[in-house]
Amino acid sequence: MKYLDEFRDAVLANRLLASLERRVSRPLRLMEFCGGHTHAILRSGLRQLLPSSVRLSSGPGCPVCVTASSDVDRAIALASQPGVILATFGDMVRVPGGNASGQANSLQEAKSLGADVRMVYSTLDALGIARVNPGLQVVFLGVGFETTAPTVAAAVLQAAAEGLTNFTVFSVHKLTPPATRAILDAGEVRLSGIIGPGHVTSIIGANAWEFLPRDYRMPCAVSGFEPLDILLAITSLVDMVTSGVPAVRNTYARSVRPEGNLIAQQWMRQVFQVVDAEWRGLGLVPASGLAMRTEYEAFDAARRFPLDLPPGREPKGCRCGDVLRGVVEPTQCPLFGRTCTPDRPVGPCMVSGEGACAAFLQYGES
Amino acid sequence: MCLAVPTQVVSLDGSMAEVDVGGVRRRISIGLTPQVRVGDYVLVHTGFAIEVLDEAEALETLRLFREMDEMTGLDNKFPEQVG
Repeated sequence: MKYLDEFRDAVLANRLLASLERRVSRPLRLMEFCGGHTHAILRSGLRQLLPSSVRLSSGPGCPVCVTASSDVDRAIALASQPGVILATFGDMVRVPGGNASGQANSLQEAKSLGADVRMVYSTLDALGIARVNPGLQVVFLGVGFETTAPTVAAAVLQAAAEGLTNFTVFSVHKLTPPATRAILDAGEVRLSGIIGPGHVTSIIGANAWEFLPRDYRMPCAVSGFEPLDILLAITSLVDMVTSGVPAVRNTYARSVRPEGNLIAQQWMRQVFQVVDAEWRGLGLVPASGLAMRTEYEAFDAARRFPLDLPPGREPKGCRCGDVLRGVVEPTQCPLFGRTCTPDRPVGPCMVSGEGACAAFLQYGES
Repeated sequence: MCLAVPTQVVSLDGSMAEVDVGGVRRRISIGLTPQVRVGDYVLVHTGFAIEVLDEAEALETLRLFREMDEMTGLDNKFPEQVG
């Protein structure tokens, strides 16, 4: 068992597609929350192979994309402070900000103007940078959902244990269930079911999605990322819609437990507190973000480097926000593939490896 | 960003482990999965094992695929039988 090839069997996938075709009794619109699913669905060709009555919409599950432009501006301003090294995951460096006060408009641009911006693979690498640069302040830009937040909490706990005084986190972490609620409450898209994000749910547990059938009568199938996983999740959703009994089905049980990873949840609770957060595309979503607890304020970049920035503006003509809510498909944006390309992205949905616009362009959807 | 890849644990060293990523050895934290043993597969995300993969559950999912497929197979044969 290697946990990959077994779930990529093309012959079986074709037969499961035939099975799905027979099960669908009426048109359905499903949302895959996670940008990783959007890419997997396009890369594997599933989008074209699914029965025409099953329509998929991508959701807000791209942490880089939903980071508010004002937060990108703050990160750029932090990186531009003297004596600061800003460390972050690679996806974040090309994301455009809101052009606050005419400063550089991405971390990459700030770097070209002399800011010390470093891409890291892990928060542990950022800690390593802090250890070997005691005279400089290392700010880690904490972007990501519940999958990533525990690893950032781990770095803060480690820094506290070592007594590091030159490591802080600028947390713009976000929580996925409140964003899902926000989309359903807005009622802009009529959905029949939700493909739940597999790796987020490894942390928060499948039980965390029980509010979907309970409060919205919305079926949810937590899915893995291989073609057979996604087909199984879609089949589960189709069956639940047909039976009229919505529930949470965990179709990724090899990685997801009902209760999730309790240590990860404990670390998150210890370091972060839940706050209202601004999402690109969704606006202010109640109780949807993670800020550092006061017990760890020594490691909170927002407190150590207070910044007063004017509000940013969204890039003109960019419909990334509508794409993130599933209201339009990337190809419906007038900038898509014309003025907005992966080489010259206008909005974050074209930058990120998980962005829906980048996926549609990369895999030739039109 | 939530990308996580199944990788096999080669050795353990306190709160760290060495994993095999396509023939390349990499050190990761097992702070989130202290129950892991050598030979287990873990989901690795940004240098941390976030979950230990459950072989029994994986086999059960594969069994479900076959079951769905067999049902389709029966459906497919039906027209031939009546024809």
